[in-house]
Amino acid sequence: MIDAAQLRTAQDTVRIATDGTSPMSAFRESVESMIPALRRYARALARDTDIADDLVQDTLVRALRSEKLFIGGDLRSWLYTILTNLNRNRRRSLARKPVFTELFDNNPDASGTEAEGRDISRALAALVEEQRSVLLLVMLEGLSYREVADIQGVPIGTVMSRLARARAHVKAYLDGERPALRAVK
Amino acid sequence: MTGPNIPVTEDELHAFVDNELPAERRADVEAWLTTHPDDAERVASWRAMAELLHARYDAIADEAVPQRLEIERLVQQPRRWIYGAVAATLVAFIAGGSAGWVARGAATSPSIFRSFTVDALGAHRTYVVEVRHPVEVAANERAHLQQWLSKRVGYEIKAPELDAAGLKLVGGRLLPGPEAPAAFFMYESPSGERYTLYTSRAAKADATQMRYAAQDKDGAMFWADKGVGYVVSGPTDKDRLNQVARQIYDQTEKVGG
Repeated sequence: MIDAAQLRTAQDTVRIATDGTSPMSAFRESVESMIPALRRYARALARDTDIADDLVQDTLVRALRSEKLFIGGDLRSWLYTILTNLNRNRRRSLARKPVFTELFDNNPDASGTEAEGRDISRALAALVEEQRSVLLLVMLEGLSYREVADIQGVPIGTVMSRLARARAHVKAYLDGERPALRAVK
Repeated sequence: MTGPNIPVTEDELHAFVDNELPAERRADVEAWLTTHPDDAERVASWRAMAELLHARYDAIADEAVPQRLEIERLVQQPRRWIYGAVAATLVAFIAGGSAGWVARGAATSPSIFRSFTVDALGAHRTYVVEVRHPVEVAANERAHLQQWLSKRVGYEIKAPELDAAGLKLVGGRLLPGPEAPAAFFMYESPSGERYTLYTSRAAKADATQMRYAAQDKDGAMFWADKGVGYVVSGPTDKDRLNQVARQIYDQTEKVGG
């Protein structure tokens, strides 16, 4: 589940950072190594390319600004936490503003798996925020239930019930039971 | 509390798929699945779901990281604005006008898509409900309208012909735009449906894909080409809006900025 090697690398470099051997660059390198995964998570979470990269950019800026406050621990979870919170705030502030979506039929991301990708992204879009976030953190980003519970600030039991509901809804959607999604709220 | 005879719960099925199950219980679940086809089917569907997610999104992690996300750049130029492009645009103007904004460079520009679409949808909603004064210059002065607007927006603009889509030009007006003045044309169908085209200079916009935004009963299609942004707004019928937008795109292609 957790990419142990990656985690260890992040923690090791952070330890170097706090030792003061190479303070700035080691921390920054750890953050930098997470950018591809953060972009993937953000895109799946927010759908829109620009919004997703805005989220990643804000996450990075915030992390870099807090460089001196970060005294070790799980850098990876911390970055996912910042991004998840920023997205929640964004959704709250945009609640009354236009809803932006990519126009699927000329989306450059559409690859060979276009038909499948279309369905899975639409299925994700129909989920409530917390469920989508749990599903993506566990299934796409490979975080443990414990880590996701910390990221969302809820007990593990809540993570598990959100995950179960998210999977049930996505499965129903992929199986073609579109009306079932109406019940998601 | 494990054992071959203790029924497997749904939580355990999830934990099994996610490798969160204690090692000693895994064999029990595996045995359970051979005799419970419904559960086995669910487990298989969750695994297939994970594969779909990876098939759809892993490519993004493999992309080259965009310049604006480079650490060096972010360290030098922290993003200062409040989250959200509308707020960002306001802050930019408060901070000393759009010129100062542009000078900060592309790495910190708000989304052109967003600023254009919000402005265009605002104009659309304001003017399509007008009965007596929907436009400043009516369609019977088409040549004058085009000449006047071209001069003000700074590139040659012709009101597109949308007869093929069943739309007749009502007229147009000049509006403030995100970076420069904007030209605004209104079209009407025999049944009274109104569509508008909003176009203005967008210095940093090269060619973009068409994108769709919706707000309440209105939809908007945005694209940019050769430093000019375009937004077509109308009722939220996406296919119809797309059709109208394509026709406009085909006619503006050669004009450009």
